[in-house]
Amino acid sequence: MCATMAVSSRLFFNGMSLFNNSITYINRGLYSTLGKVLFRVSLASDVHNISQKRHAAHFSFHPDPTPTQYGPTQKMNLFQSITSALDDSLARDPTAVIFGEDVAFGGVFRCTVGLRDKYGKDRVFNTPLCEQGIVGFGIGVATTGATAIAEIQFADYIFPAFDQIVNEAAKYRYRSGNQFDCGSLTVRAPWGCVGHGALYHSQSPESFFVHCPGIKVVIPRSPIQAKGLLLACIEDKNPCIFFEPKILYRAAVEQVPIEPFIIPLSQAEVLQEGSDVTLVAWGTQVHVMKEVANMAQEKLGVSCELIDLKTILPWDTETVCKSVAKTGRLLISHEAPITGGFAAEISTVVQEECFLNLEAPIARVCGYDTPFPHIFEPFYIPDKWKCFDAVRKMINF
Amino acid sequence: MASAGVIKRLCRVYFSNVYKIHRKAFNIRVARRSFAVNHAACQQQEFTSLDEKPQFPGASAEFVDKLEFIQPNVISGIPVYRVMDRQGNILNQSEDPQLPKEEVLKFYKNMTLLNTMDRILYESQRQGRISFYMTNYGEEGTHLGSAAALEPSDLVFGQYREAGVLMYRGYPLDQFMAQCYGNASDAGKGRQMPVHYGSKDHNFVTISSPLATQIPQAAGAAYALKRENNNRAVICYFGEGAASEGDAHAGFNFAATLECPIIFFCRNNGYAISTPTSEQYRGDGIAARGPGYGILSIRVDGNDVFAVYNATKEARRRAVAENQPFLIEAMTYRIGHHSTSDDSSAYRSVDEVNYWDKQDHPISRLRHYMTNKGWWDTEQEKAWRKKSRIRVMEAFEQAERKLKPNPDYIFSDVYMEMPPHIKKQQESLQRHLKIYGEHYPLDHFEK
Repeated sequence: MCATMAVSSRLFFNGMSLFNNSITYINRGLYSTLGKVLFRVSLASDVHNISQKRHAAHFSFHPDPTPTQYGPTQKMNLFQSITSALDDSLARDPTAVIFGEDVAFGGVFRCTVGLRDKYGKDRVFNTPLCEQGIVGFGIGVATTGATAIAEIQFADYIFPAFDQIVNEAAKYRYRSGNQFDCGSLTVRAPWGCVGHGALYHSQSPESFFVHCPGIKVVIPRSPIQAKGLLLACIEDKNPCIFFEPKILYRAAVEQVPIEPFIIPLSQAEVLQEGSDVTLVAWGTQVHVMKEVANMAQEKLGVSCELIDLKTILPWDTETVCKSVAKTGRLLISHEAPITGGFAAEISTVVQEECFLNLEAPIARVCGYDTPFPHIFEPFYIPDKWKCFDAVRKMINF
Repeated sequence: MASAGVIKRLCRVYFSNVYKIHRKAFNIRVARRSFAVNHAACQQQEFTSLDEKPQFPGASAEFVDKLEFIQPNVISGIPVYRVMDRQGNILNQSEDPQLPKEEVLKFYKNMTLLNTMDRILYESQRQGRISFYMTNYGEEGTHLGSAAALEPSDLVFGQYREAGVLMYRGYPLDQFMAQCYGNASDAGKGRQMPVHYGSKDHNFVTISSPLATQIPQAAGAAYALKRENNNRAVICYFGEGAASEGDAHAGFNFAATLECPIIFFCRNNGYAISTPTSEQYRGDGIAARGPGYGILSIRVDGNDVFAVYNATKEARRRAVAENQPFLIEAMTYRIGHHSTSDDSSAYRSVDEVNYWDKQDHPISRLRHYMTNKGWWDTEQEKAWRKKSRIRVMEAFEQAERKLKPNPDYIFSDVYMEMPPHIKKQQESLQRHLKIYGEHYPLDHFEK
């Protein structure tokens, strides 16, 4: 999108490695090596030590239990599970193609590493640097019935393609009376805050898209979820936007089934049962909420029910409302700004459906109504303390 | 003059090198890829010691030791290819496509049938019987000439002023009407404004209002067809105004770098609603942009159906054989108003319009040609005019009498399946109509 994007994304990527090396030791390869070099250098001075603190994780990732129903598993981080899903798709579907900016050499986040060599340059290829072109091109591929998997390098740069997504992709089937569709299109994009991404490498634009009938918007919380949900998106007969929490690309590691498997769309998941408060989140924020649930239990003796929404559009109202009908209290949290954020929609629907069950006002703990800042990130994000405080107030209401 | 000479020289060098350069860049990419596999860390190119030759990866060019800006050539632009003059005489026999009489009659009958349909539907809008319409006056030749040069299986992406392409492909009159009336026979289920035609059976992708969005889509479709390797091409129509959109830039560039078998067909009719081309661009029209993208380009007389046919035929042949895009800019004049919501006398003179309507019209030019050949006369003209009018009126009246589709069609096809929240909204409307139905035009809709 911007002239500096390719450069900034690479710099940014190195930053990612640096950040992740400080909390995990799973990454190997060219960029992680570079990251380690930077990391060592950074330890050499106090100034850099201070800036290291800024990168401290605002969450801790807890892997899900190893799934048994899908066959053998392998340890994967989130970017590797994405690659695994893409690999499965290309293997099973000869029409499937992957394209975007810099995907050929493996992608700036390594999600497409090795795929070009395995499946050919006509199936995994770079496009010119032009997001509206990427999505328009992907719609065209899908119009012929072929599977199009487009990558937008950062969710922050999806806006040039907004017209193609909202006016075209979302309305293709409807406006043609189901004569034409672009159902085999999936748009993937790195999403969410990352510690130091500032205005244009941190955004969570899901609510811009949920006001648009005709597309699906999906966000996973972990490597297992990422693979199963991405495969569901690719196979779904509707255009899907799949946002990948980039802070988890390397940080989140768990046992992921090697074979293809599907996690159904539009189904939220109750991760932890509880009786006093319902907590709803998606992406990285699910892990923040998990800690909040533990803190609420330990410090307040409050039992929280934690729900990962997973699909933002069309979302699973039933699971959420059923939970709130039981607990009587709801806290929704997302990184995106609060005004017009998706928590507003959830809050309204739950208020309509569960009016007689609600014992306290629904709480939204979200990003502030400002652009996403650089050095102020620790104060900006809806971290566990802000969420914990909301639970405390809600219980005392 | 000196600078003109330089430009010519540069252009020659440029054109002769376009394909070569393209290949070269491609080879470099491949080389880099295999390199990246083995030694991703150190992507380095070998440099020869030819110091006097530029080594920049971004372009293949010589050094020059004199400061000189390349001047655009807008006074004497890319020439307009034509096959017959305004009296229907073939100018250069070797360019005569020598189409059989039946095919030429098909051109003529479709152009005039489209013209008849335009007149009747335009009037029907004036009478408030349909909500909106856009005529094709003056551009009938671009539609027919290009459509005839394609294979029926070639995929068409259009803007909205290409109804003649559908007509050539045998799209029935009652389907045109059904769409404009949004009646129960409309394949589009009455959801879009009039003239937003589409037909899966005729490989004509449904029209949408946002301008130029179809251009990168067409490139993507062409890429997919190339991979299918089944001898199909894509044609993508757009106006000169739409060519100013960012999506046009995207589509041209993607088609070139990804080597797509596509024909970009620009209808340059001089106006985008009220905006004349002098406020649309300052280069030599649209055709001059093609070479900048590495696209083979040509400008044709859009009122000369044979010139359009020849250019499209050759572009189609080469696009499929060579997997590369072609750009055709057809020069025309928008004789009608932009749409029924526009009165073009507010921004252009009646004399100007009359010139193109009376002196240089694609239909009259083809009629001259047919008369010269002894294939057509006044009697036949009269009979055909009458017959086509009756056919259009019949379809028109039938379309008007038909009910509109069931209001439930508001809710289907948003997604392939109907999600629960939309199902709920559908049920909510149904309940509402049970109580308040008398306040809605239910009688006009199927039950």
